[in-house]
Amino acid sequence: MSHASVLRRLTGILLSVLLLLPLVATADTDDDEDGEIESLPFSDLSFTEPEKRFSATQGCVEPEDDMVRNHMEYILHQRDETVYEGIRTRQHSLEECVNCHATRDENSGEFIPVNAPDQFCASCHSYASVKLDCFECHATRPVRPSKLRHQPLAAAEEEAP
Amino acid sequence: MSENGKSMDSSRRDFLTRAGASAGAAAIAPGVFLSAPAAAKSPDQPVSGDKRWGILVDTNKCADNCDACVSACKEENGWGHSETHSRPDQQAQWIRTVEIRNKATGFAKTLPMMCQHCENPPCVDVCPTGASFRRTDGIVLVDKHICIGCRYCMMACPYKARSFIHEELHDQLPWAPRGKGTVESCTLCVQLVDNGDIPACVEACSADNHNALVFGDLYDENSEISRELKKAESVELRADLGLNTGVRYRGL
Repeated sequence: MSHASVLRRLTGILLSVLLLLPLVATADTDDDEDGEIESLPFSDLSFTEPEKRFSATQGCVEPEDDMVRNHMEYILHQRDETVYEGIRTRQHSLEECVNCHATRDENSGEFIPVNAPDQFCASCHSYASVKLDCFECHATRPVRPSKLRHQPLAAAEEEAP
Repeated sequence: MSENGKSMDSSRRDFLTRAGASAGAAAIAPGVFLSAPAAAKSPDQPVSGDKRWGILVDTNKCADNCDACVSACKEENGWGHSETHSRPDQQAQWIRTVEIRNKATGFAKTLPMMCQHCENPPCVDVCPTGASFRRTDGIVLVDKHICIGCRYCMMACPYKARSFIHEELHDQLPWAPRGKGTVESCTLCVQLVDNGDIPACVEACSADNHNALVFGDLYDENSEISRELKKAESVELRADLGLNTGVRYRGL
């Protein structure tokens, strides 16, 4: 094969990649516009679902895709406000994370710690290989009732448009 | 001096102590005042340096062999049962009862001992990470998120008020996080005080009708603690160190 034909073939490949790129990008955007939550890159990972929703339109205390990426920022901010300034609002408090995301054992009815291997926090953290420090000190099970105004899952679904 | 708040210098205290003398003018009858007790702050409000929390311990009212304050603290903050591998001298001790005895006369009395919530806390001075700090309302705390467990503060404290957690803990309480490798001490039940309640030890003492502990705002001349302090003598422990403690004792 001559140098010229190799060059032509390479240019062809390069051009087709450039032409296809916008299509791939648009396909991504289309998924978002359907209103469905973007599937996580680690699709074989399963979460335990909480029984309550924060509001009719929102499952968690902030939009879910934001929480997936930035939950640690919300908790860190709240942590310093609480420790140093005594601000005890509930929306971004770790206790409320646990109140909502802890699940009960089917047989005993007791709460399972959220940092137990297959539970909400630990399942993702072990997948992503990120150490989960919070629960060396903090409570891993709900102790007192939540002070956030939740909606039971069924009621939230009825209200949702 | 703490970096976290404005200075709580002695001149301000002196001023307030003197100002207490004129407070009688606002009183309708003894113990009845025109100004209502300060309402609890709302959860989204930061604590302010307009208050300084303190406790007055009247050791004359402390009953012999009573440890109601200690058990109440254990229950509220979840310590005292969780460390099974530590030796007794290693275990948590947020508050303890101390017996003092006059060797000449044999007279003995007990008193509760805990963090004295100093204005100039030695534990804050020595902390290499800034984990040991004094909140603007006078409560001395450990930010366990940045505590490295060096225990300098334990050595610096003249009241032996702090303890170190030597082992992994489970089932802590949501309002009192505690864990291995960090130092802890009396928090003046900060979770209750922020909601406008009083510390568990004070609550338990008055529930037992001993009323040896009075909790309140040292800067508010109408608070029960300020009126009590003005009425009769009280002392700081190790007053020679000039720490200006928030906890004061009577009957020593």
